Amino acid sequence: MPVDYSFLPALPEIVMAAGALFLLMLGVFGGQRIVGSVTSFSVVLIAAVIIMVLAIPGDTAFNGTFVVDPFARLMKTLALIGSGVAIVMSMGYARAEKFERFEYPILIVIATLGMLMMISGNDLIAVYLGLELQSLALYVVAAINRDSVRSTEAGLKYFVLGALSSGMLLYGASLVYGFTGHTTFAGIAAALDGTETSLGLVFGLVFLIAGFAFKVSAVPFHMWTPDVYEGAPTPVTAFFAAAPKVAAMALFVRVMVSPFAAATGEWQQVIAFVAILSMALGAFAAIGQANIKRLMAYSSIGHMGYALVGLAAGSAAGVRGVIIYMTIYLAMTLGTFACILAMRRGDTMLEEIGDLAGLARTNPIMAFMLATLLFSLAGIPPLAGFFAKFYVFLAAIEVGLYPLAVLGVLASVVAAYYYLRIVKIMYFDEPVGGFQSMPTELRMVVAVAGAFVLLFVFFAGQIGAAAERAAGTFF
Amino acid sequence: MLDWPILSTVTFLPTIGAILVLVVRGDDAIAQRNIYHVALWTTAVTFLLSLLIWVNFDPADPGFQLTERSEWLGGTIAYAMGVDGISMLFVILTTFLMPLCILASRLTVHRYFKAYMVAFLVLETLMIGVFCALDLVLFYVFFEGGLIPMFLIIGIWGHDRRVYASFKFFLYTLTGSVLMLLAIMAMYWEAGTTDIPTLLDHNFPASMQTWLWIAFFASFAVKLPMWPVHTWLPDAHVEAPTAGSVILAAILLKMGGYGFLRFSLPMFPLASADLAPLIFTLSVFAIVYTSFVALMQEDIKKLIAYSSVAHMGFVTMGLFAMNAQGVQGGIFQMLSHGIVSGALFLCVGVIYDRMHTREIIAYGGLIQRMPIYAAVFMVFTLANVGLPGTSGFVGEFLTLIGAFQVNTWVAFLAATGVILSAAYALWLYRRVIFGEIEKESLKSILDLSRREVAIFAPLVALAVFFGFYPAPIMTVTAASVDQLVGNYEAALSAAGQLAAATP
Repeated sequence: MPVDYSFLPALPEIVMAAGALFLLMLGVFGGQRIVGSVTSFSVVLIAAVIIMVLAIPGDTAFNGTFVVDPFARLMKTLALIGSGVAIVMSMGYARAEKFERFEYPILIVIATLGMLMMISGNDLIAVYLGLELQSLALYVVAAINRDSVRSTEAGLKYFVLGALSSGMLLYGASLVYGFTGHTTFAGIAAALDGTETSLGLVFGLVFLIAGFAFKVSAVPFHMWTPDVYEGAPTPVTAFFAAAPKVAAMALFVRVMVSPFAAATGEWQQVIAFVAILSMALGAFAAIGQANIKRLMAYSSIGHMGYALVGLAAGSAAGVRGVIIYMTIYLAMTLGTFACILAMRRGDTMLEEIGDLAGLARTNPIMAFMLATLLFSLAGIPPLAGFFAKFYVFLAAIEVGLYPLAVLGVLASVVAAYYYLRIVKIMYFDEPVGGFQSMPTELRMVVAVAGAFVLLFVFFAGQIGAAAERAAGTFF
Repeated sequence: MLDWPILSTVTFLPTIGAILVLVVRGDDAIAQRNIYHVALWTTAVTFLLSLLIWVNFDPADPGFQLTERSEWLGGTIAYAMGVDGISMLFVILTTFLMPLCILASRLTVHRYFKAYMVAFLVLETLMIGVFCALDLVLFYVFFEGGLIPMFLIIGIWGHDRRVYASFKFFLYTLTGSVLMLLAIMAMYWEAGTTDIPTLLDHNFPASMQTWLWIAFFASFAVKLPMWPVHTWLPDAHVEAPTAGSVILAAILLKMGGYGFLRFSLPMFPLASADLAPLIFTLSVFAIVYTSFVALMQEDIKKLIAYSSVAHMGFVTMGLFAMNAQGVQGGIFQMLSHGIVSGALFLCVGVIYDRMHTREIIAYGGLIQRMPIYAAVFMVFTLANVGLPGTSGFVGEFLTLIGAFQVNTWVAFLAATGVILSAAYALWLYRRVIFGEIEKESLKSILDLSRREVAIFAPLVALAVFFGFYPAPIMTVTAASVDQLVGNYEAALSAAGQLAAATP
């Protein structure tokens, strides 16, 4: 009997699932002794999966519910890099804080598996499966430090609100199914093509958007973000800020521009509205923050708003903008969190912005790198963050979303203020004492992220071209 | 013609110097001396190389010369460099002033010496890039990138209220610039390119021109600065270290005027014609009002800062008169102001280094102890006033002639500004320099050191030389300005507005 090879496009996911289960066995039977090996193996597993993702040719599997295309390949690579780096960054923290749990890397691997399924999902049910696999793993990770009240509170909040948003998403999906008769994206697109969009479908669409907006933490579904970011252990926050955002944004883009391409007019204004609110709230709410993790939470809300500007354009240039934005956002976030993880004096982790005072004197290299990342987050050329904003606003201008673009750039000026405030504290204020020297793995992350941000201007063309090819998937 | 990319070399040589400075280890006296030498030699070599641009420049050609082009962001957004008669001299001005700034900083900067030199060298790259860029996006990257080093220069090495001043500078400028960025994007979609020579020939629809003009105006008016968005300038000038004030006054402000010349006037001629009355009004306000404000200042640097705003009023007035005299005068005024205001801030720096105060009343009778200083300060005070025989006169005179042809009232009111500038500048000079030394602290003040003489000598020579013989500058700018004015008038008559404007 001939073997059916149609599952092959999903091979990376299958390997990842099997690897996660193997690591779980290893951890359960090996106990605390081999936490280090489990962590290392999970990084190796993720690296292997990246290679497989890049090698697998584009195709669909499982009757069209799973798709591998250039867009999926690029976004999966980004999400995997985000997860892998997050595991690497947790190593030093785990050693210093006596936080060595083998479940942690395994849960990240499982969450990443969910992300891969989200990115490749080509059917509302498949998408939901991936999303829930990712979310459930994330809820546990948020509360992984179970002796800490803050961490468990963060996990519970995340779970309750996350469950609500999943419910909305599911409700939206069922409405869409009810009004189109399909769950596959191709079917929905065919059903919508050339027909007037019914009110029920718009309802379903809005519920779907609400669910996705929660996952990317866009206003008005952002409330969980500051609390979870602040409450979760810092390596967990670093993970939350990077890979899941990339995966959720990829899913958001695919669902909007692939099945609902015919209803662009319906969702465009909703996304534009969400984007404006996110940019504005991210800019204004971060100003008063003293805790740097909380500040980064508002900052990420703002950044999701900018990425959504590209989606709101709904064009090939817009999707290209989102892809470039998420690539750069990933590098900036990981680099910044590596610096935050290095804020350690004596035996304690520090989280106040004021603790960075005078860093330019006590640790000039770290101060320079963090300042570069912050200027990039603020979107000042010639750093990478500028090009991220450039491409999304370019797309918004193309389709004539002028109010969105004007409000967006003005919000970026407000946001520049709080990034500058951190630079000011590092460079203009007197030192309050140095940090412990940075662990090697954090140094490497900061160096790579810093180099990416500084030198992006030289290879912006190549990355732009790669993003354009990926965006070409949908147009 | 040269067969190697001289503009890119001149632009990026300071960055290479910055990298060399970063490699120097340690922060002790020896390391500081090495850093200083690297920075000084880099800027000096950059200046000498930039003179090659002038040598190879053909003044008869109104177009862009020494052009370079290579792939960058893909599509039509490319790395393109080139200079014409309008931009070339600004490049020279930048490279000329940088070694002087480095010289002036040797003994006055104590903390973060390495970072200081790196910031200045990077800033030089970005400033030269602004004047050489032939692609709108590239221009924006250079234009906006300069904010980072300048923010740090004001914030780290500034005086007491440096934090406030640096934030104000950064946020004001950024707000204006982001709107220009959106306009650049709109132009990209309209014309399909960001290549400046192509855009200069593109006819934008009249209604679009107005919006684009306003967006560019938002950026350049803040940068220049024009009244009423000038308020960041006195703060930034006062708080910045001496060399930072010099760069701000001499070069960063000129980017605004350069932007009007390069983009607003030639690309949006219809909007420029429509909105010229607005510019004239703001210019006259700037000249008269800020001159009065300058009269009442108690801080020397603040006085010079307000006087800069007034002088930039002459620039905008001349540029928007849009005739050969006005535009040539505006360019000359910018170059002259670059030399004169930079020198004035260096003059303030000299006495600030000795007395650590910028209050006018803290001084008096300096001529008794500092005759050379008094003479140098006199030259630049008179050049600032616009006395015939100094470079300040040529620019003011030409802009007034230009404005007179368009609107006599504007010229009349602006001319009162010349009188007012004499009032505040000479009064300042009298209070600081003349009289007997009454303050105990001033009795041991020393005259200019050899280093300081070396800084001021070329500036004095240029200020006087161009006052008597402005031809070298005029010949460089003439062809490009004629083309600019010619195209502008052609665009207006094509739109049928010229006929409507003349009764």
